[in-house]
Amino acid sequence: MAVGGHIVTGCAHTAIGTVALLGTVDGAAIGHDIALRLAGRVLDIVAHFPGRPIVFLVDTKGQALSRAEELLCLNGSLAHLARCVDLARRQGHVSLALVTGEAVSGGFLCFGLMADKTYALADTQVRVMDLKAMARVTKIPLERLIDLAAASPTFAPGVENYLRMGAIEAIWDAPSAALLEAALADQQAADSRVDERMARGAARKGRRLAATTAVIVASS
Amino acid sequence: MKESSATRLPRRLRYFEATARNRVAAVMDAGTFREFLPPEQSQPSPHLAVLDIPGSFDDGVIVGAATLGDRPVLVIAQEGLFMGGAVGEIHGAKIVGLLQRAVREKPAAVIFMADSGGVRLHEANAGLIAISEIMRAVLDARAAGVPVIALVGGSCGAFGGMGIVVRLCSAVVMSEEGRLALSGPEVIETVAGVEEFDSKDRALVWRITGGKHRYLTGDCDELVDDDAAAFRRSAIELLNDWKEPSSSVAGLRAEQERLTSRCQRFDGLRDGLDVWRALGVTDPQQIPLMDRDSLVALKKELPA
Repeated sequence: MAVGGHIVTGCAHTAIGTVALLGTVDGAAIGHDIALRLAGRVLDIVAHFPGRPIVFLVDTKGQALSRAEELLCLNGSLAHLARCVDLARRQGHVSLALVTGEAVSGGFLCFGLMADKTYALADTQVRVMDLKAMARVTKIPLERLIDLAAASPTFAPGVENYLRMGAIEAIWDAPSAALLEAALADQQAADSRVDERMARGAARKGRRLAATTAVIVASS
Repeated sequence: MKESSATRLPRRLRYFEATARNRVAAVMDAGTFREFLPPEQSQPSPHLAVLDIPGSFDDGVIVGAATLGDRPVLVIAQEGLFMGGAVGEIHGAKIVGLLQRAVREKPAAVIFMADSGGVRLHEANAGLIAISEIMRAVLDARAAGVPVIALVGGSCGAFGGMGIVVRLCSAVVMSEEGRLALSGPEVIETVAGVEEFDSKDRALVWRITGGKHRYLTGDCDELVDDDAAAFRRSAIELLNDWKEPSSSVAGLRAEQERLTSRCQRFDGLRDGLDVWRALGVTDPQQIPLMDRDSLVALKKELPA
């Protein structure tokens, strides 16, 4: 494993063979530089290690917030990273993401949520925005948001909410090679072409409308 | 002098301020649009209802089928006038369903009229997850050989996760008034201060996120006037002889090289004016004043 400039790369030898590790640490803010370095690494893996499973380690406080980043179309570099992760899937690489710290908005979208399945350690932070900021922007009193968050997984931060809504496959109490190997083996047996998150969200009763809505539009 | 009605040109529909329904009617072949899950068969978002916020029966997005220049297409049109076009659970699921339909039906294209600030905060988790599902579904449609053409010219632009989605599309058509970025200027100003990004400086916002800038730097493929007919013509022309490329290491390596060398070339610049000068524009101050045709001509003359 090597860590540098908020990026971690390496590989692990597991019961199912060598696995590539790639991700961000220390709550990285994803700008062009990090996005392109991650993307380049994914392309290297696809080019040089056909079929090698990829584990993405996710610790990001979101996208870098600056005018200079936006000037050069930061959404474009994040989209490029997402396309590289998607290419790996289409070329037969099983991929998992493991949230190890924070997972926020654009930083989460561009690789963690693009993996075949996303797992999270307990005590991690998954969110778009904390409730205080949300109260300020939406002009809804904070107390009201806190009350509603107890009854609904739809808007409040929290890894449990993302589990109930189907985006997080499972929460692990601690990092574990055995859990990772089992998850990779499960995914190797699954059909990576199918995005199962809506169905998971419906089954777990955290996202009741999405799956049925999509089916009606897809087939009406 | 009053024109006779016979010689009067059809009234221009300003894309920027038009409703999503009017945009669809004006961009698609007249009378061909058929909506899936129309308002009378749908329901407003219950997540807004619990917050006593009035919902919309279409949840701010219209999806359906039409023809465009006689080709069968599927259509997505976000309604910027409802909750800033932001993506909630139903809104996102309608888009995903439409893209899944495209994989099966293989229309000539999906036309994606984006007009959205990104995730709907009132349904933040549902919106974020939906956007990641849209991202995968756009790439699924493209992998099935169906081009996804993004049109960006609405009052909300395409920000947040929708900015990422637009850049995943096969081609992007923008008007000068369109805006395309990740974080909105207000967000950057709130977090990093007004010195970093003055969101009230409209001219600055357009120099960073606007259609002309994105066109000059190659982040959108076509620049059109703020006119639904111009978006229509551009989409039809793009689809003439379009062959959706399959994704490959070589293709993404080339994009990686383009993005990396661009970041090195424009490192440290903070204003569109500086980028345009670096691109070889002799008088960048003139760019905001130029009409569309002159700008397209100017871009052709720039050094490669």
